[in-house]
Amino acid sequence: MKSANSALNVKRFFIYIFMVLLVLIAIVPIYLLLINATRTNAQINAGISLIPGTNAAYNWHALTSRSFQITQGFFNSAYLAVMMTLFGVYFSAMTAYGLHVYTFKGKRALWGAILIIMMLPSSLSFIGFYQFVAKLHLLNNYIPLIVPTIASAGTVLFLRQYLQSVLSMELVDAARIDGAGEFRTFNTIILPIITPAVAAQSIFSFVGSWNNFLTPFVLISNTKKYTLPMLVQMLRGDIYRTEYGGIYLGIAVSLVPIIIFYAFMSRFIISGITMGGVKE
Amino acid sequence: MKQKTIGNETRINRWGYFFVLPFVLVFLLFNLYPTFYTFMLAFTDLRGLRVDFKFSGLDNFVKLVSDQYFWGAVGNTFIIWGWNFFPQLGIALLLSIWLSDIRLKLKCKGFFRAVVYMPNLLTAASVALLFRSLFGYPGGPVNQFLNETLGIYHTGVIDGQQVQQAFNFFRDVTMTRGIVAFIQWWMWYGNTIIMLMAGITSISASLYESAVVDGANSRQTTWYITLPMLRPMMLYILVTSMIGGMQMFDIPFLLTDMRGAPDFKIRTSIVYMYNMAFQGRNDYAYAAAISIGVFLITIILSLIIFFFLQDRSDLKKKHVGGTK
Repeated sequence: MKSANSALNVKRFFIYIFMVLLVLIAIVPIYLLLINATRTNAQINAGISLIPGTNAAYNWHALTSRSFQITQGFFNSAYLAVMMTLFGVYFSAMTAYGLHVYTFKGKRALWGAILIIMMLPSSLSFIGFYQFVAKLHLLNNYIPLIVPTIASAGTVLFLRQYLQSVLSMELVDAARIDGAGEFRTFNTIILPIITPAVAAQSIFSFVGSWNNFLTPFVLISNTKKYTLPMLVQMLRGDIYRTEYGGIYLGIAVSLVPIIIFYAFMSRFIISGITMGGVKE
Repeated sequence: MKQKTIGNETRINRWGYFFVLPFVLVFLLFNLYPTFYTFMLAFTDLRGLRVDFKFSGLDNFVKLVSDQYFWGAVGNTFIIWGWNFFPQLGIALLLSIWLSDIRLKLKCKGFFRAVVYMPNLLTAASVALLFRSLFGYPGGPVNQFLNETLGIYHTGVIDGQQVQQAFNFFRDVTMTRGIVAFIQWWMWYGNTIIMLMAGITSISASLYESAVVDGANSRQTTWYITLPMLRPMMLYILVTSMIGGMQMFDIPFLLTDMRGAPDFKIRTSIVYMYNMAFQGRNDYAYAAAISIGVFLITIILSLIIFFFLQDRSDLKKKHVGGTK
């Protein structure tokens, strides 16, 4: 028994070392990013340090003085993410509710279509989508980024599964007997009930649009409308070649809000991943 | 299942149309139509700044099948995906089994899971730029660590003389591909751990109990219960990872020169599609053919995976069910 125990302890010891190693691999790139964002070029060139520098203000100036509108980009990203989340989640909840509560012609076909769309890679419609948006003269406009989120198949699937597990039809019937209209029932009774699932989907949708790069990169060419990932992408350019601190700071601006948010919400986010099962 | 609503049922059910209408309209306009439009464009010669086009039959597809750059890009995508996927599944399997092991009683499980999942939420575009800086030449932090802390140098030859210098990672095909695969692994294995742990939690405890009563040790329960029961979940992870991997774009696009340097060897299929459509000749029609080609390859591979792996997992399920 004793030897079995010590064998277990040895195993545990090596597993802990492995876990510490993986935690370091996850954290070190981010830590180096934050440290180097606050250091001067000379310090960055001199070697790795674990202590922050005091050069953040200069780096910020170096970053923003070259008509690099990162504050604007931050608000553009935030605006888009909020709009895409609101549209995506609200209309998905509506669709999920419609599919769950009512019986109508074409309901099965629609459900089948939703399951198929989920499997289709987004690149398949990309060229056609771009040409279509160009024809509508909606390039450099946020509309083609926001409106398509109304048809988010994954969110509908997730919310419908949640509705199936929590919603009893008695509640809907009771609301009807009390004379509430169908939309009112949905807005005032159903939405509050499915709040946990809506919140989980909102987070993933928000983070997804915050991180979205390819679609806005292709559709938007006016730098005033650039989102953060598009601005960060510009840091590859020659004018920043020698401003290492500025480059690190620019990258940090897009990553730090997510990390802070995640630090508070990690438990909820992790339980949300398996709540609906499916996530790219 | 669904209870009958009282009275004028059809009238109420008609509301269903209003609830799904926005979805259907937007889906038709921004999803289905562009998909058909992509298919149509693939049979035309639309390129450059023109708006008019002629139908050109199968020209684009004939070109696609014999385009070595296309197959090169497909190959790059697979190599990078494979280098990321197999370590990802292996490490995630080990950890999810250890973290779920009741005998090991590991501490800080929640913290560990939260930390290794974190990269998954980060902006891929920014992550690419971050690693571009970290692996920079000659003075990026990775080179500083290798050269100054560990004393490891790249031995190059200049004018017939051996010299020790910093690693120029993005000049080397294997290293650059390795870095892309590493970033993908870094961003996704935490997610895989969470999926596998959910799979392990859903395995009935009575299976383990009866195995332990029969004298099975932990290696045997892992080998004969956990792994076979996780098969469907692993299959799901394999297929979704493959579909997602075929769409890999942000990181290989931004890590080097947006064209898959060095020597186009990290140019994935979607980066190639982008290069064709939005750079150089703006060959939209050919890019549309590329996206259809990628789609077909993805479907065929998914079917192959299901064909080879699904059957056996069904057999296993039946077998386990039988002994219960």
